[in-house]
Amino acid sequence: MASGNPFLALGGIRKTFGSFEALKTISLEVARGELMVFLGPSGCGKTTLLRIIAGLEVQDTGTIVQDGRDISRLPAIKRDYGIVFQSYALFPNLTIHDNVAYGLVNRRQSRDAIRKRVAELLSLVGLPTEGAKFPGQLSGGQQQRIALARALAPAPGLLLLDEPLSALDALERVRLRGEIRSLQKRLGVTTVMVTHDQEEALTMADRIVVMNQGCIDQVGTPREIYETPVTPFVADFIGKVNVLAAMAEGGGRFNVGGLSLAVARPDVAAGTAVKLYLRPEDVAVNVNGALSGVANAVAGRIAKVEFLGAFCMVGVQLAGSAAPPLVANVPRHQADAGGFAPGALVTVSLPPAAMRILG
Amino acid sequence: MATPAAVFPPVAFAAVKPQVHWQDRLAQGLLIAGCCTLALFLLAPLGAILVKSVQDRSGAFVGLLQFREYFGTSALKQSIWNTLWVALAVTAVTVPLAFTYAYALTRSCMPGRALFRVLALTPILAPSLLAAISFIQWFGNQGLLKGLLAGASVYGPIGIIISAVYATFPHALMIILTALLLSDGRLYEAAESLRTPTWRKFFTITLPGAKYGLVSAAMVVFSYTVSDFGIPKLIGGNFNVLAVDIYKQVVGQQNFNKGAVVSFVLLIPVLVAFVVDWTMQGKLQAQFSARAVPYVAKPHRAFDAAMFVFCLAVSLLLLAVLGMAVWTSLIKFWPYDLSLSFRHYTYGLIDGGVFGAYLNSLKMAFVASVAGTGIVFVIGYLLEKTRGMRGTKAAVRLLAAIPMGVPGMVLGLGYILFFNHPDNPLHFLYGTLTILVISTIVHYYTSSHLTAVTALKAMDSEFEAVSASLKVPFYKTFHRVTVPVCLPAILDIGRYLFVNGMVTISAVVFLYGPDTRLASIAVLDLDDAGDIGPAAAMATLIVVSSTIACLLYAVATRVLLTRTQAWRKPSTAG
Ligand SMILES: Nc1ncnc2c1ncn2[C@@H]1O[C@H](COP(=O)(O)OP(=O)(O)O)[C@@H](O)[C@H]1O
Ligand SMILES: [Mg+2]
Repeated sequence: MASGNPFLALGGIRKTFGSFEALKTISLEVARGELMVFLGPSGCGKTTLLRIIAGLEVQDTGTIVQDGRDISRLPAIKRDYGIVFQSYALFPNLTIHDNVAYGLVNRRQSRDAIRKRVAELLSLVGLPTEGAKFPGQLSGGQQQRIALARALAPAPGLLLLDEPLSALDALERVRLRGEIRSLQKRLGVTTVMVTHDQEEALTMADRIVVMNQGCIDQVGTPREIYETPVTPFVADFIGKVNVLAAMAEGGGRFNVGGLSLAVARPDVAAGTAVKLYLRPEDVAVNVNGALSGVANAVAGRIAKVEFLGAFCMVGVQLAGSAAPPLVANVPRHQADAGGFAPGALVTVSLPPAAMRILG
Repeated sequence: MATPAAVFPPVAFAAVKPQVHWQDRLAQGLLIAGCCTLALFLLAPLGAILVKSVQDRSGAFVGLLQFREYFGTSALKQSIWNTLWVALAVTAVTVPLAFTYAYALTRSCMPGRALFRVLALTPILAPSLLAAISFIQWFGNQGLLKGLLAGASVYGPIGIIISAVYATFPHALMIILTALLLSDGRLYEAAESLRTPTWRKFFTITLPGAKYGLVSAAMVVFSYTVSDFGIPKLIGGNFNVLAVDIYKQVVGQQNFNKGAVVSFVLLIPVLVAFVVDWTMQGKLQAQFSARAVPYVAKPHRAFDAAMFVFCLAVSLLLLAVLGMAVWTSLIKFWPYDLSLSFRHYTYGLIDGGVFGAYLNSLKMAFVASVAGTGIVFVIGYLLEKTRGMRGTKAAVRLLAAIPMGVPGMVLGLGYILFFNHPDNPLHFLYGTLTILVISTIVHYYTSSHLTAVTALKAMDSEFEAVSASLKVPFYKTFHRVTVPVCLPAILDIGRYLFVNGMVTISAVVFLYGPDTRLASIAVLDLDDAGDIGPAAAMATLIVVSSTIACLLYAVATRVLLTRTQAWRKPSTAG
């Protein structure tokens, strides 16, 4: 997607606050019509980067090109974007209609044209009859829809969303997630969204930018990010992961706490200390004796079982290993079949291809 | 580590110089203009005092000679001591009184709490002179209750102390009330569940919770008393205090250098109190931000009755002071003919040719209120809602804080020294209503500024970002959103400046000209001439005007809140 002519291109964006380096030379491209999500823990610089794109913050160095135009030095008011904040930032003393019309009034349009456009946007966000109310009379989710309508009213080339769902309750958040996504698809407006919520990022994004301490760790589709994380940080931040300290024995075999396991990495020279990353759902657990014909089948004892609804999180202490218990996700129907209790003897298998060496 | 395919070569990028939009320039220009104006009308006059204090009368530099001479004069040194102990005495009386009163208002279920609250605030509506006049009538040479003083004279420390207690009581009360209202009801519930006795709750929860408020109130009372000029001038007799010394040096002896020296001496305790108060206010705010559950008092017969009696007594005393002044203005000839008439108003003020002073005061207070509110709010807005300009903003914040630490006498003297200087191009301002307006705005800047900034901070910080993204100029959002949302605070500032413009005396006593005498100064002059009836009449007019302003404010706020209820008090929270 990043090939061809990017709609938005950031080059070498660096930002410091005093002696603190909030962004360390960020380069990034966003394709036209794409929904790009900046994902990372709080304080990693997502908002700062978004505000730099908006011209609300000035980068120390670096260039921003939007739709072929260098906007690096332009003040916010001369750029072309709409923005939505976590706090909605609706004008409390103006009606919903006037809020949505706020950016239109300036543009020498006739009153009728404005009214038509506002009505169009209000129905677009599913609140066609609320125009006469004030923001305080709407629920949080409705207010955020209005903020979205207001941002989209002047038909900006770029839509910026800073944690738009974080102030909402869980149900509303999931509902609005889908609405924003389908609206964005329908309008085809290039969108950059900031969030610290991995689920939100995975469900909404075309591509995700994983940020960590002012750096980009990885850019990719949700699947790529989840299935082939390229750094330990990404693996750990998105989804759960087992981290196994290991020593390469050469020929694709690794010693993990005294056990010799096969890993699909014959290239690692013997004697190299590495860390192996393994997702809990990739670990198979069997309570009925040995697994035959499977690589890396290891005996173990269940240390604890945590019920999590759709699946159980099972901690398994591997026999002959000093490492901390291995975490495995066991689907509920399998767990219901019985035998999953602390102290039970089990066999686990660690698929060689699922174990990755990162960093 | 994977980075996206870079279209940019990995070269060192040059530092970005953003284009500045003319709208940003406009905002920056306004902020700089505000900063310079504050510096001109606050720092320059204070600087002039500094210069004057190290010069002799001919303008030659003499170092600290003036100070040495000053400290060599025992009468002047006596003033320092007098000023300090009187102010300490006033603080020692006012703060416990105000605390008990505030405690009764917040922690008891006695009837009439709203009324008691309003009554306690009435002294704010009057110039401090009014209390002095009233106490002279009660306890003076021909006073009704002269006997109560057992031969002691009210002219002197006693009169100053009781008058100042009256004048400072509402100021202390408001601060302590705020502190008590902020306390967390959950602490009391927890204490109750542990069967903590009442006295222990008081000493372990109530007092610690109110301590910043108490210290802050003490500092405000102290510096008010130290700075006040009207009370000691009127009722102080031969008892010298610093504020009156400055007046005597400047107006009596035309010795500006000595006046400047005394100003410095006066400035020190007030500045110290101000710094302590500022720190305490900061801590009070920090308490405020914590999520507390308000305390709800439970009925307790004996306690409520005691509190009711206390508040009733205090309120009656406060009313007796105000009432005596009003009564004095209405009786024919104290103490011989007590029949009522308006002759002090008609004959004493109008025919006496001093009614113009009242009109001047109205005009001055009105202009100061309107112009001051505008200036304070716009500067507060630029400070809080525009980006960049860190240095200028820090300077403006400091300048906005300073006036509270500068006694009116000192500010006024600085104004004469600076603006009356023949080489000053602004010399033409001297003696005009304009300079009275300016000095009033500057004198009362800090509180107004804090009100504005508090209201602005309470607004969403992204409104400006949103309006920039919608390509709406900032001044349009200021006009369409910021001002309407902050209107209650704006009205509050307007009322505050108006009332203080009506009652102020210390800063303006040096600055009025023949055509711009103000009502409060007329009170002083009338009293000096022995016309206590007309003086009381003028003081009463000031009270009436301030009261009307407050009532107008109350009505306007009420109407505003009802009309904007739809968005200010939403039915369903967001
Ligand atoms: N105006 C500022 N002044 C100083 N530090 C700031 C400022 N804005 C952000 N920071 C710092 O920069 C870092 C990144 O902030 P931000 O971009 O808001 O993080 P995120 O949105 O990822 O949570 C944080 O450590 C924050 O404290
Ligand atoms: Mg953020």
